[in-house]
Amino acid sequence: MLAAIIAVLCCPSYAVAHLVTTGMGPVYDGIGHLLMTPEDLVAVLALALYAGLRGAVTGRRTMFLLPLAWLAGGIAGSMMGSLPALPVPALSFLVLGTLVAADLNMPDDAISVLAIVIGLVHGFFNGSTLKEGAGVLGLLGIMVMLFILIALASALIVSLKKPWTRIVVRVAGSWVFASGLLMIGWFIRGVR
Amino acid sequence: MCLILLLAVNIFLPLSAFAHVERGQAAGFLSGLQHPWSGLDHVLAMIAVGLWGAQLGNPAMWLLPVTFPMVMSIGAMMGLLGMPLPGIEIGIALSAILLGIMVLGEVRPKLIIAALLVGFFAIFHGHAHGSELPAGQSGLLYSMGFVIATGCLHGIGITIGLIHRWPTGRLALRIAGVFIAVMGVTFLWRALA
Repeated sequence: MLAAIIAVLCCPSYAVAHLVTTGMGPVYDGIGHLLMTPEDLVAVLALALYAGLRGAVTGRRTMFLLPLAWLAGGIAGSMMGSLPALPVPALSFLVLGTLVAADLNMPDDAISVLAIVIGLVHGFFNGSTLKEGAGVLGLLGIMVMLFILIALASALIVSLKKPWTRIVVRVAGSWVFASGLLMIGWFIRGVR
Repeated sequence: MCLILLLAVNIFLPLSAFAHVERGQAAGFLSGLQHPWSGLDHVLAMIAVGLWGAQLGNPAMWLLPVTFPMVMSIGAMMGLLGMPLPGIEIGIALSAILLGIMVLGEVRPKLIIAALLVGFFAIFHGHAHGSELPAGQSGLLYSMGFVIATGCLHGIGITIGLIHRWPTGRLALRIAGVFIAVMGVTFLWRALA
C-alpha cells in the first residue's frame, strides 16, 4: 500500500490549477453564486430549517426536490429573456420565515409543492442571470450546493432534541420573516 | 447561535481584506449588526425584553423574542419608506422605562398584553433602525444585521434572566429593572430637552 502511494506521488502529471482547461470553472461559479447571494442562500436555509422541523422524511424529500426544481427553473430562465426586477426573494422570506417561526404543521405534499415552487422561481431568476456566464454548468454547481446545504441544515435540525433548540430555530425563522418584510420595503423605496 | 455570529463578526473585522465590496454588502451587514449596539437606549430596552421574558417564563420567554423582530420590521419598513412616526426617541425612552418597571415589579400581565406592549415599542425601535441606513450600503444585509443583533440582545437578556430561579437572582433582576427604568428617564429627559 505504501509502495503504491509512493509510486503515485513519484509520477508527476499536470497540476490542473487553472479551471479553464478543465472546464469546471462554471460549476464553481454556480456554487459561488449561491453562496454569495443572500437572497437565495437565506431562502434555501430557511426551507432547510422548516424541512428539518417537520422531520427526516420531509428533509430527505426536500433535499431532492429543491435542486431538481431549481435546475428546471434555471433552464427555463436561461431560455427566456430577462424579467423586470421583482421582490421574489422577499416573498420567499416572508412565507418561509412565517412557517419556521410559527412551526406550522403542513401536510408533506404541501411542503413538497412549496419546495418545488421555491426551486422553480429562484432557479428561474438564477437561470436568466447566469445564461450569459456560467450557463447550465453553473446551474449544476448550484444544484450540488443546494443538495449539500439542505442535507446538512435539515439533518442538523432533525438531530435537535431539546425543546429550547427548536425555539432557537423558530427565532431564526422570525429573523428571516423580518428580513423579507424589509426587502419589500427596499423594493418599494427603489421603485418610487 | 450568537456565539457563532460573534465569531463571524470577528472574522469579518479586518475590513481592509474586503477586496470587492461592490455595493457595500459587507459593510452593510456590519453596520446593521452594530446599529442596535450603538445606542444604550436600544441595548437596555432589548435586554429588558429578554429579562422580562425570562421572568414570565414559558411561553412568553420564547414568544417575545420570536414576535419582536417581526413587529420591529414593520416599524423598520415604515422608517425606510419615510413614513413619519412622531416621537420616536420618546417612544424608545418610554420603552426602557416601562420595560424596566415590568422587570422591577415582576409584573405578570396576560400573555397577549405583554406581547402587545412589547410589539408597540418594537415599532419605535424598528423605525429608528430603518431610517438610519448609511448611504451606499446593502439594504438587505443591513436589515439582516440589525435583526440578528437585536435577537442576540434578547438572547443575552434571557440568559441573564435565567438567574431568577434563585432568590438572589430575582433580587438582582429587580435591581436591573430599576437601573433600566432610571436610564429610561434620562433618555426621556434628553429627548424632551
